[in-house]
Amino acid sequence: MENRTGNEMGERQEATELRDSAPITLVGAVNQALAHALANDPQVVVFGQDIGANGGVFRATDGLQKQFGTQRVLDTPLAETMIAGIAVGMATQGLRPVAEFQFMGFIYPGLDHILSHATRMRNRTRGRLSCPIVYRAPYGGGIHAPEHHSESTEALFTHIPGLRVVVPSSPARAYGLLLAAIRDPDPVLFLEPKRIYRAARQPVPDNGEALPLDSAFVLREGSDLTLIAWGASVKETLAAAAQLSAEGIEAEVIDPATLKPLDIHTIIDSLEKTRRCVVVHEAARFGGMGAEIAAQIQEYAFDLLDAPVQRVTGYDTVMPYYQLENVYLPGVERILDGARAALDYRRGGAA
Amino acid sequence: MHKPRLQLQASFDIAWLQYLDKQGRATQPLPEFASPDWLTHCYRQMQLARLVDDRAVKLQRTGRLGTYPSSLGQEAIGVATGNALMAEDVYCPYYRETGAFLERGVRIEEILANWSGDERGQNYQHAPRDLPICIPIATQMLHAAGVAFALKYRHQQQGSPLQVAIASAGEGATSKGDFYEAMNLAGVWKLPLVFVVNNNQWAISVPRVAQTGSQTIAQKAIAAGIPALQVDGNDILAVAWAVRDALQRARSGEGPALIEAISYRLCDHTTADDASRYRSAEELEQAWQWEPLKRLDTYLRSENLWSDGKQQDLDRELAQVMETALNDWESRTPEPATAIFDHLYAQLPESLYEQYDQLRDEQLREKLWEKEGAVQ
Ligand SMILES: Cc1ncc(C[n+]2csc(CCOP(=O)(O)OP(=O)(O)O)c2C)c(N)n1
Repeated sequence: MENRTGNEMGERQEATELRDSAPITLVGAVNQALAHALANDPQVVVFGQDIGANGGVFRATDGLQKQFGTQRVLDTPLAETMIAGIAVGMATQGLRPVAEFQFMGFIYPGLDHILSHATRMRNRTRGRLSCPIVYRAPYGGGIHAPEHHSESTEALFTHIPGLRVVVPSSPARAYGLLLAAIRDPDPVLFLEPKRIYRAARQPVPDNGEALPLDSAFVLREGSDLTLIAWGASVKETLAAAAQLSAEGIEAEVIDPATLKPLDIHTIIDSLEKTRRCVVVHEAARFGGMGAEIAAQIQEYAFDLLDAPVQRVTGYDTVMPYYQLENVYLPGVERILDGARAALDYRRGGAA
Repeated sequence: MHKPRLQLQASFDIAWLQYLDKQGRATQPLPEFASPDWLTHCYRQMQLARLVDDRAVKLQRTGRLGTYPSSLGQEAIGVATGNALMAEDVYCPYYRETGAFLERGVRIEEILANWSGDERGQNYQHAPRDLPICIPIATQMLHAAGVAFALKYRHQQQGSPLQVAIASAGEGATSKGDFYEAMNLAGVWKLPLVFVVNNNQWAISVPRVAQTGSQTIAQKAIAAGIPALQVDGNDILAVAWAVRDALQRARSGEGPALIEAISYRLCDHTTADDASRYRSAEELEQAWQWEPLKRLDTYLRSENLWSDGKQQDLDRELAQVMETALNDWESRTPEPATAIFDHLYAQLPESLYEQYDQLRDEQLREKLWEKEGAVQ
């Protein structure tokens, strides 16, 4: 399997080069990337609901309208189908629209345009027109929000041919991946894990350097077990890995970051060392990304496996209101359970 | 119960425009652009659109085309619209627009290619800015709004002349949210955008009266603050005037407009449909009395601009055009199967190499097998 550079670049950025800049949050990094893109490419336009004077409900676009004006940073009327649809028209004319859905739970009216048009324009015109769009949405549970504000339905979108689905899990990756998404010639769904919007700070210099899409990041090296997680779940997964380490078990932690197209190479490379794998996601289990990753692993690396791929996921239920939210979201304990199931597995059932 | 005294807060009118009545008689002085050359050009293009549709339906009947939506009866709307646009404007069409496609420079062989399942048919060589045909109803109206934004943006950034986006749709499409969302945005952002609604009375089997309680389609624009006009859609002069006027106003920065063109679909909804299941022969018979070609023909003859001899020449010319196009369409080399991957992303993601190779190998195997078969 070929070696990937994504992880190295990510690590380098996070470790050394960035020490000088003031630490910022993930949402701050989104803001910084948008500002950089607006400043450096006049074709970039940013629009959505309440993103102007208000700076977005999560402040991801804070100050951008003031800096770049109402023709580059636009408040739209309240209509998600419209937001998704006009992006298609803009992109066909050479603009680089960055459209914000206020929450992933409100993206569904836009699905028609994402699925039926944005991702097919290049194909159905045999390359004459294309849709370099970024659709951004805060996603995931854990912020005590009302119903429809905690959606984690990335698998709906990873099924769509022609789309990229990208999820950052740190400020540096948010900055680098968002710039990459904006520069990418094809439509990208950029899902921002809002639970960790402000969970950690990290220095992210505003140097305009993108991180590679379609490449997984190895966040922690280990030889006993591979843990795969993205978005906010990376936090608990790293915590679980730390706990395992205290018990003498070294888990490798991989963040695919681009869920579609998936970098299975990095995962298989890891399995060559570890032979055991747990996929963690807060989305429902059935037909989720865990199923896709497990299927690919058994297709490409069946012989490597010493245990079935474990899935630690949300339940196949509606994401509950926040009194039960923590029951639903996979926490450190559940990840540890999954890890132990993978570690303890013996062929034939003998322990 | 006591009824309170109400005061008028706002009032609106919907205007109606017609130049040629149902019998082809001029009801008012014709607009300046309607020179004899212009009139005969439009007549030719309507004839051509009808011929293309007719041949396409026949090709479908013999299994050479997939489902095809004819524009029989509403050729005036398409031709007038396509004719009024400048090359730099961006046309965002729905599927029933043969006349407009021809006026925009789309080749007949491209139209045939598209409906015979060759996606290169939407890679219009001669209308490079236009959007491909939209199949999901009304979605193109939002794309047009996005296009119009981009055109306005470019105009403001670069000082280039303001170009216009134009979207077409059927009246059924005006029931969809996309339509209202596009109009709402166009109204509030003052976009250079013209909506042309082909009110051909039927959305598959649903008649206009069952589609909306609205008295006219045009009035739907009022709520969005957009000027609207109803025109006789079988009178090419009325459509052309309305589209030109709307384009001109959009070009000078006055914003969007909606045109409701009243027409009638004289054919089945598509070749997969049988309209006799839901509409009466009498209704169809009546509609044939005011169809657009006959109307213009009558007018042209009354002005001595047309004759049997001219018609014969035109028939011969168009038959030749059609034959050339059919030959061009038939002699297209098929796309390689791997093209399904070629334009999915700008660059094929590595994770798809395996599927790409699989398809290519299958194709190679099949070709070899064919060759071996031929040798035996
Ligand atoms: C969103 C969507 N729903 C349903 C259909 C199936 N469909 C195709 S054409 C049509 C009727 C459209 O009528 P109208 O907008 O009046 O246009 P017309 O075909 O009469 O010109 C329907 C329901 C579709 N293409 N898209």
